[in-house]
Amino acid sequence: MSADTMATAGTTQELGQSSPFGSPGAPGGGSKGGLARFRESVGTTSLVRGVIGMVVFVVFWEVATRLDEWAGVSVPFLARLPPPSSVVEAFFDLLGTGGFWQSAYLSFARVMWGFGVAMAVGIPFGLLMAVSKTAKAICFPPFELLRPIPPLAWVPAAIIFWPTPELSITFVTFLGAFFTVVINTVGGAEQIDRRFLLAARSMGASKRTIFRKVLLPATLPSIATGAVVGMGITWQVVVAAEMISGGGQGGSTGAGGGLGFLIWNSYLGGAIPHVVVGMIGLGVAGYLSSTAVRILSVKLMPWRRAT
Amino acid sequence: MNQAQAKQARGGISIRNVSKIYDPEKTAVAAVLDCSIEIAPGELHVICGPSGCGKTTLLNAIAGFHSITSGEIYLDGELLCGPGKPQATPGADRVVVFQNGALFPWKTVLDNITYGPVIQGRMKKEEARDVARDKMVMAGLSGLENSYPGELSSGMARRVEIVRALVNDPAVLLLDEPFRGMDDLTKSIMHESLLEIYDQTQVTFFVITHDVEEAVFLGSKVSVMTTRPGRIKESITVDISRPRDYRVLTTDGFRGLMGEVVDAVHDEAQKAFEAGEREIA
Repeated sequence: MSADTMATAGTTQELGQSSPFGSPGAPGGGSKGGLARFRESVGTTSLVRGVIGMVVFVVFWEVATRLDEWAGVSVPFLARLPPPSSVVEAFFDLLGTGGFWQSAYLSFARVMWGFGVAMAVGIPFGLLMAVSKTAKAICFPPFELLRPIPPLAWVPAAIIFWPTPELSITFVTFLGAFFTVVINTVGGAEQIDRRFLLAARSMGASKRTIFRKVLLPATLPSIATGAVVGMGITWQVVVAAEMISGGGQGGSTGAGGGLGFLIWNSYLGGAIPHVVVGMIGLGVAGYLSSTAVRILSVKLMPWRRAT
Repeated sequence: MNQAQAKQARGGISIRNVSKIYDPEKTAVAAVLDCSIEIAPGELHVICGPSGCGKTTLLNAIAGFHSITSGEIYLDGELLCGPGKPQATPGADRVVVFQNGALFPWKTVLDNITYGPVIQGRMKKEEARDVARDKMVMAGLSGLENSYPGELSSGMARRVEIVRALVNDPAVLLLDEPFRGMDDLTKSIMHESLLEIYDQTQVTFFVITHDVEEAVFLGSKVSVMTTRPGRIKESITVDISRPRDYRVLTTDGFRGLMGEVVDAVHDEAQKAFEAGEREIA
């Protein structure tokens, strides 16, 4: 969403430039120097500010980690980190091996499976608890008992319970999203305007139709919120689960056991730049998947753009 | 003509000695007590009364959203609810237009309007769309087909909602304070717009309001309800010819009828107010 906003802000300002009030040919516009004009056209856009922020961050990081080498001044904590130049080097190093991509793919697949199943099971389950007092009375107490258990606490049980490490990791990832999706669905469905249900009944809708055609779309905004949060949690959970369980199928074959396993393995092997590559990879993957969920929810809810 | 006559014959409501007692904490509260109203087919009947007098309770009983404790309600001679069947089954023959509106925000105006006929399986989607477009023209809504309710003004939204109710071909339209919360100017436009729709459809309109001017301007008959427990205090026939427009509002006949209704309502409002004060003291 922030990327969208940035792009929109940029476009608006550029459009502003071509408007009669700010066109270069207008009085005042032509008298400005090239630098001022440049600054006016791009210098203040959010995109440029974002790039500046990134550059400053990377430069600061590079200097802080290299200061010991250059001037003999050791910056506390930061001096132990690899500088970004080594990380870039490690990145290209990893790119060649294929293990990085294999790890990224494995983590991505686990997240998507866990998240997908959590949505497929969690949404109907949440809606059912919202519409049926009996179902809620039966299901909600055990649900609330299980919900506070951190997904990582499930890892040993999941390893015992599921036949393959792959399924254990995916299961734990599923749990990460499941509770969030359900709680948002129940909350959203219970808060929808009751008049929508009455209006539908008044127009002759059956209970089944109301469930699919009224309850579901009316709850969609809350489900979307749950999905964005849930997606974030699955990435956190998958990494920890991979670290604990030894990378699932890939871990034993050495073909790369997910980004979490890659980080842990690199740490154990002392390849700190590789640890940072894995971390950045996770940041990018998490950002991309949350953005994908947001874009999808905007597509599914065109009416939200209209209001 | 035949079709019009057939429609004329629909929508007669008979409310006979209906009571509704709410008893959530074993403190029986009578919302409506021994209330009787006869509504002729095709009549625009307005129920007017102070807040909390049981107007909405009555409407919900007809719609099938609530049960009644005793009495009977008939639609065209058929029992909707009564002894042995405390709650009517909601159905498209009695469509409700809600206070503040209940258009589905996730559907476009056109899809909102076609919702009823399509889910009832009465029309194919395309057929329903054609009917909806015709009705939209009639209500001055053409051009809004692909808008979402969030993009409409309150007046437009309410018009869409009335059209959405009418495409179900109901016998009765139940309107629960449909213009509540609108500014006076919008309201006066909406009154004329509602009357225009009513004149064209001749469906029975059951309108609830606490606005006396609105009641007299719209109604063929105005029933004033007493304060809780609600029953009919007085039914006043509004013998002002249709079609009506805003110029009616300043005529002597209109003022006289309004005076009559105001007298009846004011007494009840006073009682409701005093009862409220006693509750606080």
